Amino acid sequence: MNTSGIKGFFLEAGAIARFSGRFFREMLKPRFEFAEFLRQCYFLGNRSLPLVAITAFIMGLVITIQSRPTLVEFGAEAWLPKMVSVSLVREIAPVITALICAGKIGSGIGAELGSMKVTEQIDAMEVSGTNPYKFLAVTRILAATLMVPVLAILADTVSLYGAFLGANLRGAVSWQLFWNQVFSTLVYGDVLPSLIKTFFFGFAIGVIGCYMGFTSSKGTEGVGISANSAVVVASLAVFILDLLAVQVTDILKLN
Amino acid sequence: METNSNTVIKVEGINKSFGDNHVLRDFSTQLLKGENLVVLGKSGSGKSVLIKCIIGLLKPESGTVDVLGKNVPELEQEELDQLRVKVGFLFQSNALYDSMSIRQNLEFPLRRHRKNMKQEVVNQLVMEVLGQVGLEDTADKMPSELSGGMKKRIALARTLILKPEIILYDEPTTGLDPITGRGISSLMLSVQKKYNSSSLIISHDLACVQMTANRIVMLIDGGCYTTGTWKELQSSEDEKVKQFFE
Ligand SMILES: Nc1ncnc2c1ncn2[C@@H]1O[C@H](COP(=O)(O)OP(=O)(O)OP(=O)(O)O)[C@@H](O)[C@H]1O
Ligand SMILES: [Mg+2]
Repeated sequence: MNTSGIKGFFLEAGAIARFSGRFFREMLKPRFEFAEFLRQCYFLGNRSLPLVAITAFIMGLVITIQSRPTLVEFGAEAWLPKMVSVSLVREIAPVITALICAGKIGSGIGAELGSMKVTEQIDAMEVSGTNPYKFLAVTRILAATLMVPVLAILADTVSLYGAFLGANLRGAVSWQLFWNQVFSTLVYGDVLPSLIKTFFFGFAIGVIGCYMGFTSSKGTEGVGISANSAVVVASLAVFILDLLAVQVTDILKLN
Repeated sequence: METNSNTVIKVEGINKSFGDNHVLRDFSTQLLKGENLVVLGKSGSGKSVLIKCIIGLLKPESGTVDVLGKNVPELEQEELDQLRVKVGFLFQSNALYDSMSIRQNLEFPLRRHRKNMKQEVVNQLVMEVLGQVGLEDTADKMPSELSGGMKKRIALARTLILKPEIILYDEPTTGLDPITGRGISSLMLSVQKKYNSSSLIISHDLACVQMTANRIVMLIDGGCYTTGTWKELQSSEDEKVKQFFE
């Protein structure tokens, strides 16, 4: 898009909104590309799984280690599992997962569809009696919407294991006590909103990746730009959605 | 322009522009049944745009594009899909799906247009078209493993697999060595004989033009400048036409 600055931002945001509107229209039309959807679920999930797991584990470990001194200062060391489990499950694990997916899935979709666009593969699909939006975009957006929450649940779990390790590096918390504390702290009000927002994260990542790919301009340079802007815009979208999610849960008094 | 019952494509007065770039201006032509029509024009003159208007990938701003009795710009998606079974399109860039094997590339249009075809029939058709282009042993390779000429032949095979009545070729021989180019040209001729198809060929490879053309249309400045057979145009005195045949 040529226009820059504020105007360009809003134009782009409007175009992305229209693009996602098209998703709902096309999704409801018959002939759902089920095989392609499953293939994408496998690809997207599989591609990000190791990275998400490692990062979540390290985040759990690090947050726990860093929170300890402050709690010790207040003589509240016993609260460590409670505190870290809330911050991990509510915020850190879902957002880290979403950011990694924005990088991995967003750029992957942006580059793949971008190169299909500039080498006319998308046109070729259309000529072959396939609606490219349905076949390529709808399946990927749905797959991202489904897989980001799955990865986030995994990240929640793995980060708590990291926290357990972190809690045991300096002090000693038994396995039993740790999980007892964690589960007595976490309530639906913590888990549910954080899970629900990951669906929106996944949707945004899918839509933005596909939008950038489909609007890729001619040439290989365009492919790089699509992949890059997919990551940047999707990461930004994740933070904006996170901000909105906090406001909504606050208004609904879920915390 | 008089309409003949043998006309399969009739383009009349189409205009297409991108921003200020007025690419096609009142362009008209027609393709008769069983004919090989070559569109000759400079690079960037709008040949690919013309062919994309015919297949419905681009919409002209005005004019009609009549393909097998249907006005393409006004068709609903479903009718367009049905029409595209009968019209093959060879992309200038080949447009092979690079995430799929050659076999999957060839199966794709079959699976899409003919939903209930048995696997054995599909396999048989795939091997048949691969045989036609002489590349039976590449079925399980990926497009990235093939040379440029092989990709072009696979792209041609993918176009032929639906046995289209009309084939649109966008520069089928450009970028190939003269021998491979001639191979493709004679393949185009044998396909035309075998299926009695009609072809619209875009090319500025004179060897290919000479071999395949029954009639040539010159696309200059967005319009149909002149038309004639190879012999007529080659001996033409017109400066603009002469340039092409030097
Ligand atoms: N999608 C598009 N958006 C903007 N301009 C376009 C688009 N497609 C084609 N054009 C412009 O239309 C003109 C004709 O392009 P076209 O691809 O039809 O040329 P061509 O005759 O096929 O040339 P070549 O022989 O090099 O393939 C060019 O000036 C090109 O810049
Ligand atoms: Mg061209």
